[in-house]
Amino acid sequence: MSANADRPPVIAPGYTPATVTDKISAVVLNKTPKWWYVGFAISFLAAQLLFITMAKLLVLTVGIWGVNIPVAWGIDIVNFVWWIGIGHAGTLISAILLLLRQTWRTSINRFAEAMTLFAVAAAAQFVLFHTGRQWLAVYWLFPYPNTMGVWPQFRSPLMWDVFAVSTYATISALFWFVGLIPDLATLRDRSKHWFGKIAYGMLAMGWRGSARHWHNYETASLLLAGLATPLVVSVHTVVSFDFAVGIIPGWHATIFPPYFVAGAIYSGFAMVMTLSIPLRKVFGLEDFITMRHLQNMAKIMLATGLIVAYGYGIELFMAWYSGNTFETFMMKNRILGPYGWIWGLLILCNVLTPQFLWLRKVRNSVLGLFFISIIVNVGMWLERFVIIVTSLHRDFLPSSWGMYTPTVWDWSFFVGTLGLFFSLMFLFIRFLPVISIFEMRTIATGDPADAKSKVHP
Amino acid sequence: MKSFIGRLFARHVRPELGTPGPRVSGGELPPHLYGVIAEFANADELLHAVHATRKEGYQVVEAYTPYPVEELNEAIGHGPSRVPLLVLIGGIAGGLFGFFLQYWTSAIDYPLNVGGRPYNSWVSFIPITFECTILFAGIAAVLGMLVLNGLPMPYHPVFSVPRFQLASRDRFFLMIFARDPRFRAGDTLRFMETLGASHVSDVED
Repeated sequence: MSANADRPPVIAPGYTPATVTDKISAVVLNKTPKWWYVGFAISFLAAQLLFITMAKLLVLTVGIWGVNIPVAWGIDIVNFVWWIGIGHAGTLISAILLLLRQTWRTSINRFAEAMTLFAVAAAAQFVLFHTGRQWLAVYWLFPYPNTMGVWPQFRSPLMWDVFAVSTYATISALFWFVGLIPDLATLRDRSKHWFGKIAYGMLAMGWRGSARHWHNYETASLLLAGLATPLVVSVHTVVSFDFAVGIIPGWHATIFPPYFVAGAIYSGFAMVMTLSIPLRKVFGLEDFITMRHLQNMAKIMLATGLIVAYGYGIELFMAWYSGNTFETFMMKNRILGPYGWIWGLLILCNVLTPQFLWLRKVRNSVLGLFFISIIVNVGMWLERFVIIVTSLHRDFLPSSWGMYTPTVWDWSFFVGTLGLFFSLMFLFIRFLPVISIFEMRTIATGDPADAKSKVHP
Repeated sequence: MKSFIGRLFARHVRPELGTPGPRVSGGELPPHLYGVIAEFANADELLHAVHATRKEGYQVVEAYTPYPVEELNEAIGHGPSRVPLLVLIGGIAGGLFGFFLQYWTSAIDYPLNVGGRPYNSWVSFIPITFECTILFAGIAAVLGMLVLNGLPMPYHPVFSVPRFQLASRDRFFLMIFARDPRFRAGDTLRFMETLGASHVSDVED
């Protein structure tokens, strides 16, 4: 691959299986750095907002939020879709890029999977609590035999959503844990502290790395990747059905599934970027998460960003081409109505900003990529706000129009889930290896020429 | 059914057990001797040693590596993995469960006419059928992998070898089990020393 000769390698030259093992396990086994306490304290404090809001919500129900008729789905659902979307990059990196034999995924897949898991956990808070009584969510949505003899309505996309999201959460957790087993064994063998030995030892379940172990393990991983690939595509497709199966103008569109999946991957890679740039800096992991990874992620963001822009274009086109009064009005109202400024911001964040990624200079700038990734995260949140709120607030009858403003409790719930997400992330980077050690051993041969050739196997 | 499950897991619950035949020659084994283990610096040396050991006629052997080595499973004589079969069974079971859960609740147990839609609205049942297929197949993959690998098993005699902790860093190990019919206390140790190993030692259980 001569065209790739000048690209940065996926791992800095000179590393051997021994040195990658020592370097990555040192992150976990060394003394806790001071910044960790600060970061965790701030996140954990923010997570308290979530618990306070939950308590208030359980006493007073969803009336504390800004939702009302006509806008019965407010930023609770915006946040749900946003978090679920973010999760998609983790599965994409760990499953689809594994099947495509992309070696560069090796050093980012572990924490991208953790990000998936914690993002799904954050998303789950909204689906549970937007019903007002989270135990009712179980009672309405899970098919358990009950004294009334009734069952959930399986013809509804909302039921599909329950199955899709809970399957996704389960498979992501299993995939992540299976990936961890050999590394937990490494930590068991490296740990000097008796508690570490016992805790990692129990979690590693006696992993010995025998030929039989690895053979079953590799087979199971490959099959899980094969199963997770259609699963991840199905999850956001089903989420988009929550809208597309409804008849509300602005929701009832066949472009929704592909456009939602592309948007999910777009926001997910933006979040991986937002997290990996500070992570590689504070832990000194620039040799493993190289510019090559950041550049590849930037390219995926650019590609998926263009698909998302195409989706916006099709929505505009269909509003005109359908000749439907309500569709046309919805689009006019979306751009020029009271929430028009949010649509403008959305285009700025999601369509215009990523165009900078065409420039090699921007793709080589860590700071530039960091800012673009944050802007895309904001943009994808705005996209869901535009889809959900502007479609609902003025639909068919002008007599039923209304406005929606999130209250302070809407925002505190959202900030609380950010706190939950980052608290879990901080715990993860402290107690588990952020990079898959055993997979890094396979690419760290110690020979610089070899490291180069592994760029494209 | 019982014999089917039995066959599925037979020998593979404890893969290193193998099928030891009668002992070739006499000679009492020291009590508590579990096997002999040799340490190698890289995968190529290990593979070479595995071939030599198999050629010598040893059957109950196992290799330990810090990362998966592709040819190793075949070289050492383990059969193909049974994880795919379990995943297939899991997937089929999940698909059937998903579909018939919806069919039975919507068409048999509590048929509800919603806008004249058929009770068996099979098209609407596809997403959940699909999700259940993936869910069951994925769980089968993970549990199957663990069961076939004999995990969890917190203690194993190899852990008593002090240098074995390097198997999770950068060293490669090969063990010949005392159960092997050709195993003889001193000879096997001396044979392994000829394979170019950096360390050879007894493993006690």
